[in-house]
Order: sequence, then C-alpha cells, then structure tokens
Amino acid sequence: MCQVGEDDHELLQRAEVPGVSKKCVKCKEATAAVVIRAGDAFCRGCFKEYFIHKFRAMLGKNRVLFPGEKVLLAVSGGPSSCSMLAQVQEGLRQNAHKKLRFLPGIVFIDEGGAVGQSLEDRRRMAAELQAVFKATGFPFLVVPLEQVLDLPSSVVAAAPAPSERAAGVYKKAVGRFIQRDGGGRQAPLEREETPLADVPECRTLLLQQLVGSAKTLTAREDLLNTLRQHLLVHTARTEGYSKVMLGDSCTRLAVKLLTSISLGRGAQLAQDTGFSDSRYGDIVLVRPMRDYSAKEIAYYNRMFSVPSVFIPGLDTKTRDKSSIQRLTESFVTKLQADFPSTVSAIYRTSEKLQTACTSSSSADHGDRCLLCMCALDTAAENASAFKATLISEQLSQKKPPGAPSAAVPEPGTAEAPLEPESAAATGQCCSSGGGEDCGKAAGGGGCCSSAREPESSDLRRLLCYSCQLTIRDMSSVDRLPVYILSEAQRRLRRSQMREQIGEFLLDQGDEGDQRMT
Amino acid sequence: MAAPVAIHLEFGGGAELLFNGVKEHHVTLPSQSEPWDVKQLLVWIQQNLLKERPELFVQGDSVRPGILVLINDADWELMGELDYQLQDQDNVVFISTLHGG
Repeated sequence: MCQVGEDDHELLQRAEVPGVSKKCVKCKEATAAVVIRAGDAFCRGCFKEYFIHKFRAMLGKNRVLFPGEKVLLAVSGGPSSCSMLAQVQEGLRQNAHKKLRFLPGIVFIDEGGAVGQSLEDRRRMAAELQAVFKATGFPFLVVPLEQVLDLPSSVVAAAPAPSERAAGVYKKAVGRFIQRDGGGRQAPLEREETPLADVPECRTLLLQQLVGSAKTLTAREDLLNTLRQHLLVHTARTEGYSKVMLGDSCTRLAVKLLTSISLGRGAQLAQDTGFSDSRYGDIVLVRPMRDYSAKEIAYYNRMFSVPSVFIPGLDTKTRDKSSIQRLTESFVTKLQADFPSTVSAIYRTSEKLQTACTSSSSADHGDRCLLCMCALDTAAENASAFKATLISEQLSQKKPPGAPSAAVPEPGTAEAPLEPESAAATGQCCSSGGGEDCGKAAGGGGCCSSAREPESSDLRRLLCYSCQLTIRDMSSVDRLPVYILSEAQRRLRRSQMREQIGEFLLDQGDEGDQRMT
Repeated sequence: MAAPVAIHLEFGGGAELLFNGVKEHHVTLPSQSEPWDVKQLLVWIQQNLLKERPELFVQGDSVRPGILVLINDADWELMGELDYQLQDQDNVVFISTLHGG
C-alpha cells in the first residue's frame, strides 16, 4: 500500500536461523560470533571494524563537527552513551585511521532525585561513572537534575541562529586545521573535576513534586525529557560547547519515532529523531549512534569490555501498558524478535523525514513552543482536525458563569462558558475589580498585563500540540520551574501588548500600499 | 545419567534487578537423564533464581524480546538458541537492552 517503489517485501520475511559454527560472512575465515541484522554473522575482529567504521562514517558523512570544535558528550551511563564515549576515545587516538578532530567534554545528568533513588545509591552510581570518566582523560561534569530549577529563562527564549555555513567551508576548515597542527598531539585538556555535590533535600523534594504533578507516566517521562534537554543545552552554553552528542541508538530512535507520533509530535519528528537537531539555535544536538541497533551496542560493550552503569529510570520494572513510551518499546521489540528488519525499516523511514522549512531560522520566539522549542503546529484553520478537537472540547466544558477558576478567584466574571479561554484570560485583569492587585505587575505593560501566575489555559497558546497534552496531564502548572513560568508570562504580556497596539503598528508590507486620502 | 553441569551465569543491562542486584551467579544444575538445554535452563532460573516479576524475564518458552543471550561470548542464534545443549563450565550471559530493565 504505502510502498515507495522499493522492494520492501523481503523485509517482512522471518529470519532463518543460521547454522552452528558458521563462518564470518566478511572474512570467511574466523568463526562467527555475532549475528547482525537478518542473518549476517560476523566474527569478533570484523565486527569490531564494522562498528568503529560506522561511527566515523556517520560523522564524516554528515560533516557537522568542525575540527577543533568543542563537543559535549551527554552520557547517561547506559550502554549506548558509554559506547559512544568509547568510540570517541577510540577515534581521538593518536594513530587512529581518519582521526577525529574535535575536543570532547563529558556531562552526566544525575536524575536520581526525580526517580526516587536514595542519596547513597545516587552517590554510588555517580562515583562509578566518575571512575569511568576519569579513565578517559576528558573533562567531565556531574550535574544533578535539581539544577533545572535554577535555570535562567534564556534557555527557553529564542536563541540566535548559528551562522549558516556553506558546504565548502568544511573542507577548508579541515585543511586549515591539518596545516596548523599537522594533526599533531592534542594539548592535554585541563581536568575539570566536579564531583557530585550534595544536593539539599528541599531541592530534591521540589523536583519530585514537579515530576509528581504530572498524573500519567507518559506525561512524566515527556516532562523529564524536556527538562533534561534544557539542562543539557544550558550546560553546553555556559561551558562553551557548541555541539552536544546524544547517545540514542537506532532501536531507541525507532521507538521514539512511533511514540512521538502517538504523542502528537508528528510535526517535530525530523528534529526529534534526525541526526542533527538545531532547534536551540546556537547549540546543535547530534546523534551519532543512530545507526546502531541496541543489540550491536550490547554485544560490542560485552566483547570489548566497555564499562557502563545501569541507572534505573522512571519506567524501570513497570508493566507494559504503564505509559505510551513503554508500550511502544514493547511493541517494537517484540516485532523485532520475529522480523529483524523492523528497526532498520523504521530507521530508513525516519531518514527521509525533513522539517517543513518555513523560514525556520527567522522565526521569532513567538512562533516556538515554550517547552520543546520546536515551531508551533497549532494554527487551527477552519476545516482542520485540530479545530474540530478544540470545538468539541469547548462544547463539552460545562463551566457555570462566575465559578472560580483553578488558581485565581475571579468573582463576578460573567464570561459565557463557550468563549475561548484565551480571550477570558486577557480580559479579566481589569474587569475583576478588586480581585487582583495590579500593582504586582513585574515592570512594564501597565495594569493590563496579567499579574497572576499563568494558568494552564494561558500556557496552551504558547505550546505545540503534544506539549499541550503533557501540560493538560499535570495537576497544576505552579510546580513548573521558575524559568518556564517567567518566560511564559513574558510572552503573554508581549502578545497582549501587540494586540493592544496592533492597529498603530506600521506593517512592513503595507507601506507601499499607503495612499494619501 | 548426565553429570551435574556447572554453569556461570551473568546478568547485565538492568536484568540483574530481577535477581536482587546480583550480576554473577555460579550455579550447578542437578544431574538428569537428558543433557540440559537452554530451554530447561530458563525454567530452572525462573524457579530457583528469579526473585520477582517473571514476566520481565521470560515470555513463554523463551526469554522476553529485548533480552540478549550470549553463550560463551557468542550470539545464541549461532548456537541454536533454545536447543543448544549446555556443557560443563559454560558461560551464559543475559543482557537486557530495554529501558525498563
């Protein structure tokens, strides 16, 4: 049905079991040790070459890492990210073939607080990972997730787009780099050792309340992902890194692709699962492990002793149906067991996805989702399915007039229940008489700026469809970190102001049309 | 009558959580008339070692999809999967590649 003209029928054949003591398909000499994809058996040596080569090829093909650039490796302790770390180490070796040329640093985000781990467990796991990091010789940072509560709102404000680099620039940059040092010995980097400082318990409590305010596990995982990404980007910015390498494997990304579609993130698929993700502007997220299946990574780590530490997450030991992410993972894994080309088929499909480029670099911050920083996809045209869901939602709300809303008491408002909530939000400040102290407005905007904390209905305008669903699953948005709420307020005030003075603004396009009457 | 078979088991990738966090187990399978194969080993593990949540480790006759099995550092698919007959001092490793252990 949905064929793209490829010969896809072979993908769905069941894998045949290779016989015992089969020879390696590549060198045809040594005994095979691993079965990759459907029926290709490799010996240890060939497998190692294949694995290392894939990493270099992925970086070389995409040409986003410039020589001498500072790259932050986001290591979670799991097998993929530790494998990525090992590959980077391997690639930077002096006599490596096609040596890698960037300057790595490592960051480990300790999420034990959000997951409910005890302090000794967290310290123990952090110490294990620190030993691994020290052995690599790269500078590393251990950052507790609680720091996300202290981030500045510049993280979710629009970032400046990086200067567009033309294709030929990469080759020239490489040439210059080689000339300058002759590919010589990399200067030993200063070791920044930031051991895990003790996190005050109140911060952990706040973080747990934040994560706990999401009622479903799906929303909790989504929220945690968003917070983690913000923290990563902020760390990269403050430490001077321009790229962040994430260790998502092919299997993980295939699951993420299907999960994203189920969560309503179809419009952002290309950025969520592609090789490079430039939604943050100056920091680019890169996924070099996206061509490796989880099996290959596990085998490589086992056979060549790559250390990794298992850290339990939110969905460890949960049932299959506890969240959408978990269910999709179980679905893909089970399908993969019988049809080993499942994951690679999904991966190949994801490679074909591209962002619909609507001047993405010049989109102002008003057009970006507050949480996930992707372009908003919620322009509800009159005949769209999204508009239909909005209408049905309004119709099914039975808010009697004058009832207090969740966060702020507004006596005497006689808003008709069917009016769109955004209009209600902006109009209320002055019409509610003595209910609000307008003096609380934090600078600028006058008394009509919303002086109260944004409610979840206010935030909806600022979010893309799937982030709206996540917020809807939260019992209250007060628990969101300050940087998100303050940026939300800022944008709401801005848009209010724009509405008020809109008719006085000279539109760029109108100037030529103005005629003297 | 086959002699008792000594096996070295290892669990990784989160699978050890189902076994009280213990990653390595030296076990001796009791002697029985037919040679031990992997299918019987799984049943034995479920009865004797698995502390909780058997559905997270075994599914039907085989391991749950997403758990890799290595026999003497080689893919079990090359050894015959469930039908491989265990030898004395074999090393069997179970690695979970799933999110949730």
